[in-house]
Amino acid sequence: MKPQAAARPASPARERRLGAFVFLAPGLVYLVVLMLVPLALVLSNVFFQRGRFGGIVYEFTGENFTRLVDPLYLGVVADSLKIATVTTLIALLLGYPTAYLIAQLPSKWRTIALVAIVLPFWTNFIIRVYAWIILLNGQGLVNSGLKALGFDPLELLYNDGAVVTGLLYSYLPLMVLPLYAAIDKLDPQLREASANLGASPFTTFRKVTLPLTVPGVMTGSLFVFVPSFGNFVIPEMLGGGKSIMVGNLIRSEFLKARDWPFGSALATALVAVLVLLLIAQAWAARRA
Amino acid sequence: MRRSRLLHVPFWFTYVFLYAPIIVLVVMSFNSGKSAYTYEGFSLKWYGVLAQDAKVMEGLVNTLIVAVGSTVIATVLGTLLAVGLARHTRSKTLDAVALMPAVLPDLVLAIGLLVFYGVVQFTLGLHSVTLSHAVFSMAFVAAVVRTRLSGADTSLEEASRDLGAGPVTTFVKVTLPQLAPGIIAGALLAFTLSLDEFVIAFFTIGNLEQTLPIVIYSMIRFGVTPEINALGAILLLVSFTAVIVGQRLTKIGESRAQD
Repeated sequence: MKPQAAARPASPARERRLGAFVFLAPGLVYLVVLMLVPLALVLSNVFFQRGRFGGIVYEFTGENFTRLVDPLYLGVVADSLKIATVTTLIALLLGYPTAYLIAQLPSKWRTIALVAIVLPFWTNFIIRVYAWIILLNGQGLVNSGLKALGFDPLELLYNDGAVVTGLLYSYLPLMVLPLYAAIDKLDPQLREASANLGASPFTTFRKVTLPLTVPGVMTGSLFVFVPSFGNFVIPEMLGGGKSIMVGNLIRSEFLKARDWPFGSALATALVAVLVLLLIAQAWAARRA
Repeated sequence: MRRSRLLHVPFWFTYVFLYAPIIVLVVMSFNSGKSAYTYEGFSLKWYGVLAQDAKVMEGLVNTLIVAVGSTVIATVLGTLLAVGLARHTRSKTLDAVALMPAVLPDLVLAIGLLVFYGVVQFTLGLHSVTLSHAVFSMAFVAAVVRTRLSGADTSLEEASRDLGAGPVTTFVKVTLPQLAPGIIAGALLAFTLSLDEFVIAFFTIGNLEQTLPIVIYSMIRFGVTPEINALGAILLLVSFTAVIVGQRLTKIGESRAQD
């Protein structure tokens, strides 16, 4: 036994409190200062006026709220909801069968198939989006293929379709993984029992597999919807100037129009929509 | 049987969809012509052009500085936080706060930090991006280390204490080595996330410097070139290697934990 340890035996309760402090305090202080305080600032900005060259003038105004419900901005929110919803639905339609088949693979292939799903997700985001410009461009691969087959080239870039494609490409892995986790957990005997009792494969899927994997569907949908809804890079790069989403508005209020309070109001609205979704999901998960 | 055949269509479509753009990008990076779209013949010349591009090289150095700095902060704070959350508290609120940066939309965190740095009059630059990146990286490190902690055996730590080792010695000599694979995997994750991060860097870097993703973003605004393809191909290779090394590390960790 070391002499110091013998000389000063700390009381267990005191040591535990000290331990909790040493381990928890640094990280939590960091998160309070660089996450919670900034978020509180964004929230409080909503009530103040804009400075002339950016920044905030701390005089109360309700103007930011009245501007939020302007049909112009509500339209942008509606468009963003539409684009994010379409992306999520396509991701679900592609992701569910993919996850389902991965779960049936022998274990060695399963690992490879899963890594292959995640791999693109870990590559540079900007480069991934850029790759679609090459593919969808007027002289790009898709149009060259169409031309070779004797079709007229299509306007594939700079529209909502290109934005959905980019979002889908970026976040599809986030749909497949939770779905896989949910499907993999299923007891295969349940499906066998259903089949033995005379249910068709489709009935088994509808009555057994699907209801039991609803939590995975919810998580995956949320993982795709959240980053899609708040995106500004993909609509800017693939949507040209035509597609404007909430993210683009927030970005230009902060970096171009220099109206921080209104930008903050938009960001608050964005977070509010996402929080509502989270609550809805938690409520649905508890009922399931 | 028939049903499972039908499922193969979306399954293969998913993989083709995920890999076709990457493959096209890599092939086009070896294009001898000037176009980013039309392949004319094999050449490595765009990699040469890339190596001579001062802006790209500067961006790369900046990105590495930010990635190393934020990884160090995130790994130290994230590991401590993971141990603290697993062993020293049962608070669900603290759990949620620790995970929040990973769930929060990056754009919201980005503007929050921009406003915050403005209010406290903190100058913007590589240092502010480094601090900002550590916010979300920490959440990922903490999450990875925690999964490892939940499988760890506490009897070794108890034995160490019973044999007279102090809490610090026990943490350094028993707990940390047990967590090492998780910490390394977490650090690798933090590093990769920072290398590729665009939105938060874009908002919190100010006007004087650029990280590599911001350099690429502004290059693309001026038009697509085979040089960007070459840069993309190199970045893809780096990310792929990091993911596969990380995967191997967690596997080694798992098999060791089972022994």
